[in-house]
Amino acid sequence: MILNYSQPLEITNLTSWLDTTLRSSMSEFWVLLIEFVLVGVVLLAAYAVIALILIYAERKITAFFQARYGPNRVGKWGLLQSVADMIKILLKEIIKINRSDRFLFFAAPVFMIVASMLTFGAIPFGKGLNAIDFNIGVLYVTAVSSLGIIGVLLAGWSSNNKYSMIGAMRSGAQFVSYELSAGFALMTIVVLAGTMQFSTMIEGQRYCWNLFNGHISSMIAFIIYLISGHAETNRGPFDLPEAESELTAGYHTEYSGLQFGFYYLAEYLNMFIIASIATTVFLGGYMPIQVHGWDAFNGIMAMIPTYVWFFGKTAVLIFLSLWVRWSFPRLRIDQLLNLEWKYLLPINLVNIVLMVILVLTGLTLTDLFPGLF
Amino acid sequence: MSSVLKYFSGLFTGIRSLLTGMGETWKELWTKKVTQQYPENRDTLVISDRFRCELTMPHDENNEHACTACGICQINCPNGTIVVTPKMIETEDGKQKKILDTHKWDLGMCTFCNLCVITCPSNALKFENTFENAVFNREKLKQQLNHEGSKMREKKKEPVAPKVEEKETPNA
Repeated sequence: MILNYSQPLEITNLTSWLDTTLRSSMSEFWVLLIEFVLVGVVLLAAYAVIALILIYAERKITAFFQARYGPNRVGKWGLLQSVADMIKILLKEIIKINRSDRFLFFAAPVFMIVASMLTFGAIPFGKGLNAIDFNIGVLYVTAVSSLGIIGVLLAGWSSNNKYSMIGAMRSGAQFVSYELSAGFALMTIVVLAGTMQFSTMIEGQRYCWNLFNGHISSMIAFIIYLISGHAETNRGPFDLPEAESELTAGYHTEYSGLQFGFYYLAEYLNMFIIASIATTVFLGGYMPIQVHGWDAFNGIMAMIPTYVWFFGKTAVLIFLSLWVRWSFPRLRIDQLLNLEWKYLLPINLVNIVLMVILVLTGLTLTDLFPGLF
Repeated sequence: MSSVLKYFSGLFTGIRSLLTGMGETWKELWTKKVTQQYPENRDTLVISDRFRCELTMPHDENNEHACTACGICQINCPNGTIVVTPKMIETEDGKQKKILDTHKWDLGMCTFCNLCVITCPSNALKFENTFENAVFNREKLKQQLNHEGSKMREKKKEPVAPKVEEKETPNA
């Protein structure tokens, strides 16, 4: 059953209405210009809002893991806490550090935020809700998200502070290592799906998510992607750059005010981006849960707007990430690199070969049970 | 061969222990929250009896205290928080007697070490657990412990030693 566009809750209705209205009254150039600006503004706004929601959710869930209540004074259940924090961080002074490389120092946070923004723009949030749908979407996302490390290294270098520098080098080593695993895990699924385009990939997961379709190989790839994605976001148990006792705050030690806010924002958004890419690639993205032959069930599931499905699945993965963060002890730098180079990478390489064999010999679930999935 | 075995057994025991850890934190997620919502729960708040917040001199119903104005608490106080001012009076049978005039204590200087309570030979002092001591002025932290018009309780020739044992002073 195909999702019909007459669904009242889909945002696609609004966007297509806007498009036809604009086209009826002005030329192609202006229509495109207005639409580009609108998309940009909406993405920026979504970026900020999602970050605020994530910060609130993280603080709340963290608190619950530690038998606390978390923020509960500002607004009902502390809902306005992260808004208040945002206002505070906007009002703070941006301190200029003596003997720092001024240009690079100010450019570094921009690199960070631009990289995460570029990745954010390519995510399909719902049916027809992706700003851009490349035929090499997966490659684009992997390439662009790795730009953020330039921001981190520049921050460490330009601060002229040994702690920042060591923190940045640690972060760089960690990021570069785990980027490899994340890329390979995505490649495994590209082998399975036979496409790099997000929309086609999601369409292919209508009845069977990639996570189940390639069964054992997909599961391994999923777990590896989650681990390496988690490590890429520099969050515990992989939060080596931020070691209060030996490195103070790592690469962003010298940053204050909004510049620190950029790093903070990018960190949270990277968590969201990792979760949403995992959702798109492994868990069927915005596609509702559909079962072959159960038309009534499929109809009900399709009633729920696609963006709700997307954000729901992403939220589950984000919760998983927080759960991991508050369960596991922090790794040492050598243990961290051990995990990547001695475990994840070899397993990943074997896994790709396994996936190729599964696909070529027709052992995926869609091949084995064509009527069921 | 054994190193290969070690690699894989290490991998799987590692995964198993990580899952055990996640199970523990999952249980922890649903436990009762221990946060004390302080200003709201003032009525039900439980503060331990031995929590030292405010030095007091217990007075009985006749407005009598046990302080003999010996000044041992003042001598023992590590940072000069206590000032005991005695005064001399003449009793009915014409004897000179030293009694307490004022017993002053400065909360702002106190480290709550409990030495004054431990060393008091007549059990005249006590630390209460009333913890809401914030004031707007440092002067208000300086308190006089003996009440207005109070006098010393007449001794009933009680032995001092058992009394010391009665006090719960494990640090002594």
